[in-house]
Amino acid sequence: MSNQPKKIDCGRRRLILATAAVGGAGAIGALVPFVSSLLPSERAKAAGAPVEVDISKLGVGQMMTVEWRGKPVWIIHRSPAMLETLPKLKDAVADPDSSTESQQPAYAQNATRSIKPEYMVVIGICTHLGCSPSQKFKAGSEEGMAGDWLGGFLCPCHGSTFDFAGRVFKAKPAPTNLEVPPHYYISDTRILIGEEKKGA
Amino acid sequence: MAGGTFKKYESDGTMSGALLEWFDKRFPLTSMWRGHLSEYYAPKNFNFWYFFGSLALLVLVIQVVTGIFLVMHYKPDAAVNAAGVPVAFASVEYIMRDVPGGWFIRYMHSTGASAFFIVVYLHMFRGLIYGSYRKPRELTWLFGVGIFLVLMGEAFFGYLLPWGQMSYWGAQVIVNLFSAIPIIGNDLSLFIRGDFVVGDATLNRFFSFHVIAFPLILLGLVAAHILALHETGSNNPDGIDIKENKDENGIPLDGIPFHPYYTVKDIVGVVAFLFIFFAVLFFAPEGGGYFLETPNFYPADPLKTPPHIAPVWYFTPFYSILRAMVWNFFGLDAKFWGVVAMGASVLVFAFLPWLDNAPVRSIRYRGPLTKTLLTLFVICFFVLGYLGTLSPTPMGELISQICMVYYFAFFFGMPWWTRMDTYKQVPDRVTMH
Amino acid sequence: MQNKLFNKVKRFYLFSLMLVAVAILFSFAAPMQTASASGGDVHLDKWEGSVSDLDAVRNGAKTFNKYCLNCHGASFLRYKNLVDLGFTEDQVKAEFVPEGRKIGDLMSIAADPAEQKVWFGATPPDLTVIVRARGEAGAPGAGADWLYTYLRSFYRDANRPTGWNNVIFENVGMPNPLWELQGQFALNPETHKLEKIVEGTMTQAQYDKTISDLVSFMVWMAEPQQDFRRQLGFFVLGFLIIFFGVAYALKKNYWKDVH
Repeated sequence: MSNQPKKIDCGRRRLILATAAVGGAGAIGALVPFVSSLLPSERAKAAGAPVEVDISKLGVGQMMTVEWRGKPVWIIHRSPAMLETLPKLKDAVADPDSSTESQQPAYAQNATRSIKPEYMVVIGICTHLGCSPSQKFKAGSEEGMAGDWLGGFLCPCHGSTFDFAGRVFKAKPAPTNLEVPPHYYISDTRILIGEEKKGA
Repeated sequence: MAGGTFKKYESDGTMSGALLEWFDKRFPLTSMWRGHLSEYYAPKNFNFWYFFGSLALLVLVIQVVTGIFLVMHYKPDAAVNAAGVPVAFASVEYIMRDVPGGWFIRYMHSTGASAFFIVVYLHMFRGLIYGSYRKPRELTWLFGVGIFLVLMGEAFFGYLLPWGQMSYWGAQVIVNLFSAIPIIGNDLSLFIRGDFVVGDATLNRFFSFHVIAFPLILLGLVAAHILALHETGSNNPDGIDIKENKDENGIPLDGIPFHPYYTVKDIVGVVAFLFIFFAVLFFAPEGGGYFLETPNFYPADPLKTPPHIAPVWYFTPFYSILRAMVWNFFGLDAKFWGVVAMGASVLVFAFLPWLDNAPVRSIRYRGPLTKTLLTLFVICFFVLGYLGTLSPTPMGELISQICMVYYFAFFFGMPWWTRMDTYKQVPDRVTMH
Repeated sequence: MQNKLFNKVKRFYLFSLMLVAVAILFSFAAPMQTASASGGDVHLDKWEGSVSDLDAVRNGAKTFNKYCLNCHGASFLRYKNLVDLGFTEDQVKAEFVPEGRKIGDLMSIAADPAEQKVWFGATPPDLTVIVRARGEAGAPGAGADWLYTYLRSFYRDANRPTGWNNVIFENVGMPNPLWELQGQFALNPETHKLEKIVEGTMTQAQYDKTISDLVSFMVWMAEPQQDFRRQLGFFVLGFLIIFFGVAYALKKNYWKDVH
């Protein structure tokens, strides 16, 4: 049947195209609610609302973890000794100047990757495959690191290492530095994580 | 007509042609396409009533797709949350409000449930008036009755899931029907519930049946229904065998390829159906209280029965028959016979092919007796359905008893009254109106 | 040819007749259900508000927050949803969100359902979808009429633990939370009419408007996207009409070969 030569019916061809076009548009329209139902719901968004953190009791050299959007956010009160390690590692880390823009807001694109040098705010999720790195704050081999270790973080899954500014060391599986979330200081001792300062 | 009698595809030398040839050698792709669509010859005189088969398939797809998305958010949990609301009930409202597009998907599923039964009832009525159940299509009809039974189960299980008052008490009443069976009844209903009342265990097993077991059976039966139909070929409004008049190529003279003729025609039917479907969905999603019953907006409360319980509208004709049975026979009480009558009223459809002794299939060539009795049957079916939505009254009981007696008399008397009727001469070829 | 057309018209006519018959049957069913569900002759006043009147809905939201949300939860609604009514986020935070809650939270209440049961004899139901549930008093739209009537039908009854009763909900566990606005009524045992015994701060007309607005809010709350649903409905049906035209033309084109 399909091999028989047939007269081409232009009107029919136009109608087939029109029906396919209208039907296709309808199908795409019908897809919208189904696809959007896979996006975060209002409940997930509410759980992902900005988190206010009181840092007044965070001692020098200490770190605290808060949950934002179900992810650990680290706040590290860096000691002067910790801050001094950062310039020394300039050649050892993959992206010393934080040139990858997606990994921090503009106000944290600086030498210490923070608004205030002493407070580091960073999402504690390894940029390789999503594990949470562990603290290796002590320099040297005391915590099982190499002898020239200056302190920072080690991801237990695939061995990526990060310094006190969340910068990844060269030749490690993680492709980029740890992400700095949007945040701002409500007061000297209170940080809001998850929101940019309005008008800033 | 379906099957492997078609020649395999041969490549025209293009890349896609070669791929198709490779594929067709390993899978009956072109033979299925030709056997079931492009060279499946359907009678050319299908009318309005022949839309409902493909529409039933469409609604099945709607229910499966929306169901897949609802399961992503629904939680079958009867426990009470911190706000004092059962988790299952709250998760339905969560879908309606917090999930983007969730309300649309949920309304599609709830409207689809009623639409399914409307379409299936019309499809069954088509079979009834044109004698589609008769030889050689008995097996197609039996698979169809199977689909109807499984669909009723599927709807019943699904109705518990929102865990509202109607869900809860509807399930309670229907499960207790099984306790009417002598000796094993009470243990059986306990076994179905998995608890002493309808509870979390019941909700979870109904959920499992609703989303896994019954849809699988349903899809299998639908496939069997279509395969059996395509083996014998479709009936038509004249009830004539089109295979008896073939041209020199063996193609029925009154047949046209299903594709493209009936695919383009069914698109028109689908769009018209969707117009009504979406009119309900967007402007009256509760379907006047019939598609979403108002008491189901109260969370299930095992301590308080709503003042008026009725099953959803598509069960009410059979529910009326259950209630109409108030007589004790053979030392067994009416409760048991009510269940028997209700079961029989559904299963009796399966015997139609062997009850009908008429020399013709279609209503077009049957006499006034058949037309009158069939009209009365439809009226009885509607009256039973209507009475089933109401609270019981003595008057309603009497009317439903009369209708029930007629309902069974229609079927069991069929071998005789089909012999008594007068019939018109059936033409050789189909007629186009 | 003429005969063919006649047949078509006849068939169409018969089918329409059938549809009308079914529609009539079903429209009879709804009021019959009312009578059987509520036990007979409860007269409901008609709620004449509109869920599209956002001023009224906002006003109702404030009343709901002040008088209802202490005992009843609205635990499927989020404070954030109120922004859709035209409140700003800051207004919602200042006027609705209690201390310690976030704007994204559900409007559930802190009270323990079990304790409430001891106080009132029954746990006050969650009110988010109460309008739809109360539709049992008739067709789905009747829930609003029921609430509008119920909230204006409280009277003083010394025989009740709370000191309150209600004309359309006998022996209700709920006292009238709005009595300061409405005043207090007593039921005349002979006429079965309510008579005012203590004046409230509002006139009857003001009070009716307050309750009407409150009901508007509760209708909105039961399905916040309902206005959008209807708007989308017109769009979708319009699209389907166009689709029908194209599909029908295609069918005609193919079927011109079939005789």
